[in-house]
Amino acid sequence: MHEKRAFNALRIIGLIFFTLITLFPLYTIVTSSIKPLADVRSTFRWTPSRITLAPYTDIWSTIPLARYFLNSLIISLGATVISVFIAILAAYAISRYRFFGRGAFSLTVLSTQMFPGILFLLPLFVIYVNLERVVGIQLYGSYAGLIITYLTFALPFSIWMLVGYFNSIPKEMEEAAMVDGTTALGALFRVLVPVSMPGIVAVGIFAFMTAWGEVLFASVLTDDATRTLAVGLRNYATQSNVYWNQLMAAAIVVSIPVVAGFLALQRYLVQGIAAGGVKG
Amino acid sequence: MYNRGASAGRSLSRRDFLRLGGIGIAGVTLFGGVACGGRSQEGGNTVTYWASNQGATIDQDKQVLGKAVEEFKKQSGISVNFKVIPWSDLYNNILTATTSGEGPDVLNIGNTWSASLQATGAFLPFDGDKLGMIGGQEKFVGTSFAASGAPGKTPTSVPLYGLSYGLFYNKKMLQDAGISGPPETWDDFVTAAKELTSPPNRWGMALEGASITENSHWAFFLGKQHGGSLFAEGGKPTFDSPEMVSAVTQYVNFLGLDKIASPACAEYSDGVSGPTDFANGKAAMIVYQNNAERVLKTSGMSEDEYGVAKVPLVNPLPPGGEPIMSHVAGINISIFNNAANQDGALEFVKFLTSGGQQIKLNESFGSLPVTKEARETPQFSGGKLAVFNEILANNAEPMPLIVKEAQMETLIGDAVKQLFAKAATGGSVSESEVKAQLSEANQKMASGG
Amino acid sequence: MEETKDRRPEVEVRRGGRRSGERVSSKRRVRPQTLPYLLVLPALLFELLVHLFPMLVGVGVSFLELTQFYVRNWSAAPFVGLRNYLDGLDPSGPIGSALAQSFLITVAYTVLVVGGSWVLGICAALLVNSEFRARRWFRTLFLIPYALPVYVAVIAWSFMLQRNTGAINTLLVDNLHLLHERPFWLIGNNAFWSVVMTSLWRSWPFAFLMVLAGLQTIPTELYEAASIDGASRWRQFRTITLPLLRPVNLVLLLVLFLWTFNEFNAPYVLFGQAPPGAADLLSLHIYVNSFVDWNFGLGASMSVLLLLFLLVVSVIYIRVLRVGGEENA
Repeated sequence: MHEKRAFNALRIIGLIFFTLITLFPLYTIVTSSIKPLADVRSTFRWTPSRITLAPYTDIWSTIPLARYFLNSLIISLGATVISVFIAILAAYAISRYRFFGRGAFSLTVLSTQMFPGILFLLPLFVIYVNLERVVGIQLYGSYAGLIITYLTFALPFSIWMLVGYFNSIPKEMEEAAMVDGTTALGALFRVLVPVSMPGIVAVGIFAFMTAWGEVLFASVLTDDATRTLAVGLRNYATQSNVYWNQLMAAAIVVSIPVVAGFLALQRYLVQGIAAGGVKG
Repeated sequence: MYNRGASAGRSLSRRDFLRLGGIGIAGVTLFGGVACGGRSQEGGNTVTYWASNQGATIDQDKQVLGKAVEEFKKQSGISVNFKVIPWSDLYNNILTATTSGEGPDVLNIGNTWSASLQATGAFLPFDGDKLGMIGGQEKFVGTSFAASGAPGKTPTSVPLYGLSYGLFYNKKMLQDAGISGPPETWDDFVTAAKELTSPPNRWGMALEGASITENSHWAFFLGKQHGGSLFAEGGKPTFDSPEMVSAVTQYVNFLGLDKIASPACAEYSDGVSGPTDFANGKAAMIVYQNNAERVLKTSGMSEDEYGVAKVPLVNPLPPGGEPIMSHVAGINISIFNNAANQDGALEFVKFLTSGGQQIKLNESFGSLPVTKEARETPQFSGGKLAVFNEILANNAEPMPLIVKEAQMETLIGDAVKQLFAKAATGGSVSESEVKAQLSEANQKMASGG
Repeated sequence: MEETKDRRPEVEVRRGGRRSGERVSSKRRVRPQTLPYLLVLPALLFELLVHLFPMLVGVGVSFLELTQFYVRNWSAAPFVGLRNYLDGLDPSGPIGSALAQSFLITVAYTVLVVGGSWVLGICAALLVNSEFRARRWFRTLFLIPYALPVYVAVIAWSFMLQRNTGAINTLLVDNLHLLHERPFWLIGNNAFWSVVMTSLWRSWPFAFLMVLAGLQTIPTELYEAASIDGASRWRQFRTITLPLLRPVNLVLLLVLFLWTFNEFNAPYVLFGQAPPGAADLLSLHIYVNSFVDWNFGLGASMSVLLLLFLLVVSVIYIRVLRVGGEENA
């Protein structure tokens, strides 16, 4: 009893602490986005001197936010869908089959997590440019280039998580289906995938977030027309004459889809990681 | 059986992919990193142009250039497709264009980049013939043209817009403090500034201590006044010579020792905060490039509230000291070597550097003309611009025209930035601290790969 | 063709016989073993194209003097052997000492951020794990910093850390009176703490998430049994929770270590291309050497050194701690 009360008190203090440190910056972003420009140019105020929604409308003309948004959306969705698909295939193979090179493949894929981006940034750029000449697909300054790049970035973690997830699902389920005449791939998509939805959703979320927030490669591989939100906003924030209230408004606009999606699906995320990441 | 069929179908497409991938990878290995022979950008008579951001907003640039481009089309029949690129992107864009071999026909560059870009070999050299085609070297202001490439080599860019530093002062604040006119020596400057300083809201001067570019420019021209220079004759860096040390100490101690600049200045770096402080009356004076007038205007300062004078000098000038008040600042224009439309590009460069356009463009952007003809027109030979023009023509020298210009700016600018941080948090900086910081930068410069 | 196909399953079964309990469903398998290769092929191809091949090129570049003179034509860049590496590793030279300093700063930064994230993550996960009413709200709230795009979080912090107009100084100086003078956070030595704080704020929710997921796999019966036996909460934590969380923790720490050590976004968005000396993190340091100074050869060699370091640490870590029955990997 004694201990329970002490723990409860501790819990309340702990929760308050975490809530405060989480909320403080969020509060700053939200209130700054509804302040007039003079407020964000002088000493910080906890409340706006007057509430204005102008930043939310102005930001669309200050920077081409709509274009950046569309670009990021197309690129992130493209990378996510393809990456998840490829990861499912690869994870299925690793989880369900023993084949020569399996260990090497997994190790290679996992080790790419360590590669510093700068090491292969410029070579990648040069390769894309040359591929464009040889094969004719535009990779620099196009959606394709970044989609290919981002889907690859998400692959290692996705494959690793899905392997863990698939491993925790007994093979008997697919084998039963295959005895009935389904192909291996059919079993994969009709039996394993539906059961693995939490893991797949988790992997999809992760892939999307990786693509949505990446700055380094986007800064080199995009041009004016394909610029993503990450680069666009980052450039604006370091330009002269930043309208911070508008920038904060943009930050909110940009974050809402990702945060909303993330939070709506967090249940799957926790489940997915629990089964896949933890046991893997 | 269908098992095989299904897989066969899939594996066929996978085999294709493998083949494609294999060719691609083989092709890439063959071509290596060779980036020459860029694809031609446009057919017909068009020129592609990357403009820099000279106006207050990118939209303003688009409007101003739009008119220029229209006129050019009428004159020559050539259309120009242009893009306005913000400064944060321009250098990277040039880098990728140089690496890949695919870029515009014509582009703006910061003139301090001219030597390093020249070294890439990616830009068209303006030899005698080409210079003739755009109107001849003689039409350009001497100092501006000197900043177009490494000395002794054929330049790969020509001047387009000019800029220079000058001393801005708040007329009323000086009057109220009983100061008869803008100071001409640094001693007078500090005295006046001290009179004008009453912390926390009023300071004698503003500066941008976290700006790499500002710091490197100040180190350069103040160093010249003290008789030092960033590089010695043979190309060896001399950041930490006694003359350079005393110049940088003087600059940093405006904030640290003399306390005539607000400590907050140590954090300013965006090219707006300093001039804005001046516009708001927080600072009575500022030494800045003439394009600060844009910021002053948008901040609501009217033209008669401030005056412009020559930058103060060290008095008396020490042995070897030169009356340099600014580096030769400005924007140059270059043509890519593999430009699809080289003739059109040369025509366009000639057009932009012609008398009429020089007047229109520089007026709109608040910069200085780089042709002698335009300089002498009434718009630019009277009033405040006359001061800047004079400084540019007579009291300016190009920043060191070396290949590693960007690295030099970063090293020296960063060293001064660290010194400002020390001064802002701890008070004045001693000459030995300055020397230590500059020596570190000097070593890096000397050994840089 | 047919014969080869018929022969293969036998071969494979024999090879597969190495492992016990081998997959038995060879009933319908006509070409069983090409399928897994086909399945991993797309992943392999993309990895080759985007990760592996460019990395090899990068390693090759590290042996060249690839500066702006040669960036147009890499094959013309002079071969300099190990010189870039020696320059980077020589602590008495300016390049080497700057690199060493950047390395140490990055180590300190990583230890603080990973350690801090882990501690905060575990605490918050424990607080949220038991059943109580508003539990879901707290879980959702705590995950928001991680859900935000990285640059949003960093831009927000760079806004808050400004000396005169930032929220942090208003809080510390004006409201709480903890300090008299407004400190600088984005220049000088404080810059280190700024980047640590920013990264910590962003990454502790990830640790929180992983630990929370891990906690959910621990059956509550264990705790109930322990309570009945009279074990205190703290003891339960030490004897049940921690050991059972070990697989999660080991992986979590490794992943966090790799990501944090390679962190580029936070310092880049906070400081741009000229970070203060105290916050000169390795990724940004290498970036500046490559892209600002046009010295790609040197930048590449530094990246390779970084990669080797991470490789060595990871291998040691995995070996010593025997993470997750790594025969599977």
